[in-house]
Amino acid sequence: MTVLFWILAVVAVVAGFAVFRLNSMAQVTFALLASFLAVAGLVMLLGLGYLGVVIVLMMVIEMVIMAVFMVMYMMNPAGLMPMAMYHNKSGSMAIAVGTFAVLAAGILLTDWPTRRGAPAPDQTFALGEALMGGQMLTMMTLGVTLFATIVGTVVLATARGRYDRFGDDLDRRRADDPAGGGPG
Amino acid sequence: MTLQLFLLAAAGLFAIGLYGALSQQSIVMLMMGLELMLNGVILAAAALWFFLAPDGTDGPVLIVVVVTAMAIEMAAGFAVATAIYRARQVDMTDAAADLKG
Repeated sequence: MTVLFWILAVVAVVAGFAVFRLNSMAQVTFALLASFLAVAGLVMLLGLGYLGVVIVLMMVIEMVIMAVFMVMYMMNPAGLMPMAMYHNKSGSMAIAVGTFAVLAAGILLTDWPTRRGAPAPDQTFALGEALMGGQMLTMMTLGVTLFATIVGTVVLATARGRYDRFGDDLDRRRADDPAGGGPG
Repeated sequence: MTLQLFLLAAAGLFAIGLYGALSQQSIVMLMMGLELMLNGVILAAAALWFFLAPDGTDGPVLIVVVVTAMAIEMAAGFAVATAIYRARQVDMTDAAADLKG
């Protein structure tokens, strides 16, 4: 267990650091995936098997989709245009190290309370019961937020909708279509 | 395997993510930093649940919320990056500093 913890924790942190060290933004995506998978392993190690698997499935799919977008917006494609992808590197590093120092001090100096209670035998059941019972409001809020995200992202990502082409009252005879063509 | 070690690893992930979010030029790389910060939050939530209050379900529920937030953040971030790239061919943070005050 301890060995597994150390391996996973080191992989998580090193892969996380590689995200901002690798040159190819496609490789970066998979470094981030490695970090997520290591954290999913740690979550499983803590007895949350279901959530660990959920994280693995979600992050594998998310990072593969992300890789496509990374290629779309890639700086320095295939290493052909070497460039610095940073700004204010030293200031950022100082802030990050400072944040870590403060967090670490808090972690090591806090007098943590002793463990109270024991985990339920079936964590998946307990989580499902919580989400469908006491935490129902959380679940519903998440659902509505996800729906709002779907609508918002589609609105943001579409170049134009039918109302843009035919005017607000749909009274324009020909589509106001900058690119020409189309059914209008 | 103690709470402190788990939290230190989480703090490390959070700090690295913060460094990335602050230092990267590319908007999509900045989002990688945010995801890494949330990754640290997942680890911290799981560890705090396991070592302090394993009888409740607050930790797992918080992880569900954070995982959802990561998906939303990625989707919304790419939509915004696509919109601003389509409008102005901008995919760098320094070129989108209109609100800098």
